[in-house]
Amino acid sequence: MTATRQQVIGTGLAAAAAFFGLPAIATAADLEEAINTFTSGATTGEGGLTLIAPEIAENGNNVPVEVSAPGAEAIIILASGNPNPNVATFNFGPASGSRMASTRIRLAGAQDVIAIARMEDGSFIQASQSVRVTIGGCGG
Amino acid sequence: MISRRHFLQAAMATSALYGVGAFGNWSRLAAQQVLSQDDLIGSSDFGNVTLIHITDIHAQTQPIYFREPEFNLGVGPVNGLPPHLVGDEFRAAFGIARGSALDHALTYSDFEALARSYGRMGGLDRIATVVNAIRAERPGALLLDGGDTWQGSLPSLRTQGADMVGLMNALGVDAMTSHWEFTLGSDRVREIVEGPLEPAFLGANIFDVDWDEPVFDDYRIFERNGTQIAVIGQAFPYMPIANPGWMFPEYSFGLRRERMAEVVDEVRAAGAEVVVLLSHNGFDVDRQFARDIPGIDVILTGHTHDALPEPIQVGTTFLIASGSHGKFVSRIDLDVRDGGLQGISHRLIPVFSDVIAPDADMAARVAETRAPFAEEMAEVIGTSGNLLFRRGNFNGTWDDVICDALISERDAEIALSPGFRWGAAVLPGQEITREDIYNVTAMTYPNAYRTEMTGETLRMILEDVAENIFNPDPYYQSGGDMVRVGGMGYRIAPHGTTGARISEMTLLSTGEAIDPSRSYTVAGWASVNEGTEGPPIWDVLESHIRAQGVVEIDPNNSVDVVAG
Repeated sequence: MTATRQQVIGTGLAAAAAFFGLPAIATAADLEEAINTFTSGATTGEGGLTLIAPEIAENGNNVPVEVSAPGAEAIIILASGNPNPNVATFNFGPASGSRMASTRIRLAGAQDVIAIARMEDGSFIQASQSVRVTIGGCGG
Repeated sequence: MISRRHFLQAAMATSALYGVGAFGNWSRLAAQQVLSQDDLIGSSDFGNVTLIHITDIHAQTQPIYFREPEFNLGVGPVNGLPPHLVGDEFRAAFGIARGSALDHALTYSDFEALARSYGRMGGLDRIATVVNAIRAERPGALLLDGGDTWQGSLPSLRTQGADMVGLMNALGVDAMTSHWEFTLGSDRVREIVEGPLEPAFLGANIFDVDWDEPVFDDYRIFERNGTQIAVIGQAFPYMPIANPGWMFPEYSFGLRRERMAEVVDEVRAAGAEVVVLLSHNGFDVDRQFARDIPGIDVILTGHTHDALPEPIQVGTTFLIASGSHGKFVSRIDLDVRDGGLQGISHRLIPVFSDVIAPDADMAARVAETRAPFAEEMAEVIGTSGNLLFRRGNFNGTWDDVICDALISERDAEIALSPGFRWGAAVLPGQEITREDIYNVTAMTYPNAYRTEMTGETLRMILEDVAENIFNPDPYYQSGGDMVRVGGMGYRIAPHGTTGARISEMTLLSTGEAIDPSRSYTVAGWASVNEGTEGPPIWDVLESHIRAQGVVEIDPNNSVDVVAG
């Protein structure tokens, strides 16, 4: 992904004058550490984990994210471009009716949102979605 | 008595049948003949379900000139695919003769000369004639409106869309979806939907922000001749981003493709034999929807204003593009049997206003909506020295005039005008009336701001807009064209990477490079920010045109486009 460092937050052309600098974003090492803490270094597979997030955020301060993975014990949500990439971890017990959760998160600019599920058999699966934060304007 | 021009091309008629090479057979039908209303509208006994599609009329009740784009780049996997074809490439792809009526309707080439030959296009009274003719043949034909209907003219602005609501009710629209409708404000939209609006107001992707629940109907199932037809609505996904979200703060939009897949399953389970998506996604997004979401038979596309003489087939989904501003009406005949779509026949009907007679009832209704404003609209403000048009990826001459107006009237170094695709053209030598000015500016957040921006901020704006238009993933595109810039030149590499498309920014008045750290005085309009101050853009433009008398603009060479 090449879009992770665009320092843009705001909602319009006039807001451009009020652009503000963003706090330092997470380093690749921060993200890797957060992932390793969750997976204990295990490799992650794909498929079986659904991550729903908007392609373009309507409001970077309030981005709805939904995860679901049948058979998951826990699902972590990571924001790769936030100062602290660790957003939330949802744990599911045997009595959980469905292994899904939804929340709203703040994104410090365009970045990948990553979800990793720890399955009941101890394996891990991963999904990610690029979320763009734009100044907008100029619709057809 | 209407003058009937004699054209040398027949209307386009296409049929795309499963398993049959679909493209190009309309050209065989385009044998030289004198064109008449009956030829344009055509006739068909194909199938058992008929759809009529209109979209992006932008409140144009009158016949207008509208020039199709000279630049309409596709990036990534859609590079060189329809609708990203212009001029020679477009004619070659669809077998259209240069200089023909269809060429004039569908391409920018020789626009001025051909406009003088073929006349204006569109007009709601002519559209009514087309719709009535189809319904005489197919009484159950569904009339579906893709939205951007209530905005774009002086009467629609003054009546907050009431004129168009009444007229589209009278036209007999069965269902619609939306985009600019919401710029009337969510209160007004609810007032119309819960009040006078007769068509179903559909939008499976319009959600309540607080409750995260759908607000309007997702779909409606129509029964025609014993066949169950599901029409699902998809409003413009990026409303709160591309337009002022503060005008409809309780609503969230978005692509919501997972939800769309669920709705398709839901209508199939409810007995739908054919599934139609009435969409305001934009063509490239709809093409990707067709790839990603199984079970949609027909997508009636909108938003990007493309007109295509043939359906584009993706898997077993057919995409229909019916243009804008009332220039075209699409007729789609479907053969639905044995629980599914067996075949499709399609005809893009060009509404040449001098060939198709106005429907008297609709003409009277339109005149009634215009009467309170007729005198005001008719006032001549100036004369055009050039062809004034809107469409194009990088500039349009109407926006050149608007940027000139912003710079002179607002005393700015640099002007920004949004890359809207709506607005009628004015021919050289034509008088510019107040109606013409409103046709390119009428909207609910018109204030012409004046502010300071640094060179770096200007660069970020251009990069951000470029990313919205030229992102190779259609799901990250929001439609429209590049923001138009006055007083500053730049180089753009549309196929470049995020944040690295813009270079060589130059202040035209001095020829100096834009300094990232210097502040520049910038004027613009259509800010999506609440509380934007300044005179409405139509007043700025009127004052400028009045001062100019004859509006002359130099060819715009200030945007350097890097090919490939």
